[in-house]
Amino acid sequence: MRDFNAIFTIAYRDLMKLLRDPVRIVSTLIFPLIFIGILGGAFQSGLSDAVGYNLLVFIFTGIFAQTLFQSTATGVISLIEDRESDFSQEIFVSPISRYSIVFGKILGESLVALPQGIAIIVFAFVIGVPLSVAQLLWLVPVALLVCLFGGAFGLLIMANLKSQRSANQVFPFIMLPQFFLSGAFTPIQILPWYLDILSRIMPMRYAIDMARSIFYIGRPEYSKVVLASPVYNLAIMGGAFLLFMVVGTFLFVRGERNR
Amino acid sequence: MDYTTTIDILPAKSSSAMPMLITRSASPSIISVEGLTKRYKKADTNAVDGVSFEVAPGEFFTLLGPNGAGKTTTISILTTTLAPTSGSVTIAGHDVVRESSQVRQNVGIIFQKPSLDMNLTGEENVRFHAILYGLYPFRPSFLLMPGQYKTQVRELCAVLGIDREIFKPVKTYSGGMKRKLEIIRSLIHRPKVLFLDEPTTGIDVASRRNLWEYLAKVREESGTTIFLTTHYLEEAEQADTICIINKGKIVSYGTPDQVKAHLVEEYVLVDAADRGQLRAELRLLGLQFSETPMFKVGLDGKSVHSLLKQIETPLTVVQTHMPTLEDAYLEILGGSVEEQEQEAQV
Repeated sequence: MRDFNAIFTIAYRDLMKLLRDPVRIVSTLIFPLIFIGILGGAFQSGLSDAVGYNLLVFIFTGIFAQTLFQSTATGVISLIEDRESDFSQEIFVSPISRYSIVFGKILGESLVALPQGIAIIVFAFVIGVPLSVAQLLWLVPVALLVCLFGGAFGLLIMANLKSQRSANQVFPFIMLPQFFLSGAFTPIQILPWYLDILSRIMPMRYAIDMARSIFYIGRPEYSKVVLASPVYNLAIMGGAFLLFMVVGTFLFVRGERNR
Repeated sequence: MDYTTTIDILPAKSSSAMPMLITRSASPSIISVEGLTKRYKKADTNAVDGVSFEVAPGEFFTLLGPNGAGKTTTISILTTTLAPTSGSVTIAGHDVVRESSQVRQNVGIIFQKPSLDMNLTGEENVRFHAILYGLYPFRPSFLLMPGQYKTQVRELCAVLGIDREIFKPVKTYSGGMKRKLEIIRSLIHRPKVLFLDEPTTGIDVASRRNLWEYLAKVREESGTTIFLTTHYLEEAEQADTICIINKGKIVSYGTPDQVKAHLVEEYVLVDAADRGQLRAELRLLGLQFSETPMFKVGLDGKSVHSLLKQIETPLTVVQTHMPTLEDAYLEILGGSVEEQEQEAQV
């Protein structure tokens, strides 16, 4: 019970920090909106007929999952910042489980990322993406899963980094290939074999496909858009989540204590 | 500042902690360190090198040493945030490596650098701590917290001499106030040992004195064992036990008086026209002396006057050497710096 309280309070701290920083709120919302608006709009006008489905909807679902995944992963990196500003000492000398600390952090960054998901949905409405109530409701648990998965991935990366500076340098290199190879805004059904292999080891691929497999369920485009079944994606995400959590927490704690 | 309410925010069972002070010589050590060694990765020398000591419950223990002596390394290992290379440490009967969670429950720590979240309010920092230590369930706002917690916070405000400021972000607080908030926060879960790692670094003289007065009060009322690291001698002198470390090794250990006696060498330099006669007389009197080539006579607690009264031989030179503790401390550290330079030359 204590660990649940600890997880909530660690998560709550991250949410409070966001809510007290209006500039940060605005800036986190702008990037995904630009992507859907400009890129989606441009693709829609020229390419939808060629692929045979609505590209704007395709990009909306891709950016929705990509933003949540990446935002949570980036947020977890802030544990490094805490370590540098020495606040993490306060957390690390407390008698709670290391998994609770790390999970609290991931949950907190998920809560921080979720408003971006809401903004994307609102924006999708505005530019005319058709959304049913059922689809909206389904997107809520999907969004949470994607966030937790992205957070666990961020943990694994963060556990291997020493400073905020190295994080700033390394992170784009890890995120950018995923951005292109995970099918966020380009169809990846047909890829050269070497890119296909790379694509399959990108965790973000499964997060995005998970969102699409739920969103497109029962629609005629399903087979053209979705790569794998939701059950398959969920299994991959669940397995990888556990792996990232265990290995990431182990490495992070070892890095903290064995200097 | 008004400290009269201090007792209320401290452990409610503080009265039961008092007998601990009285019986402390009979009870087992609360901190036990045996052959502790730490070598950082990629380092050629040990940051802490085979250190052993014991701290009794309720004791005020000071680890004194210059920057880089190994103080923070030691405190980090004792508080489970750093793994030792070898040696064993138990706190309140729990091993810091195998039972780190129990150790954490039993200690409070004030870090060298403030570990408050500057973006949160003072109250939120305290709440965060209280929930992490399992004292209260999580609630998203102060108003929803249990009444007992609210009372604690209000009493805490009285101690800090603040009112509405507790609900303002910590970044608006002064250095001294941040430190005090940290101390109060660290005592909320009623730790048996309070670790303070150079708590007064970067704090002005008035705040420093204020902080010490407060800490003395805390000790008196809760009987908490205090483990302090400092490089200020005057802070160490208030302790029950001083342990001086330098380059990872213990240089001196004991009560302030014992350490003083160990460190401070008081002697008189005398010389006479007839050195043979003086030598013979000093031998006859059974005094300890050495020739440098003047005669260096140890005082052994006697006064200079009584020593000189005994000597009949006409003296040509009388020089007294009675350094302060600070001189002696600097001498030890200075000596080791010279050694280091010599080592470097070899």
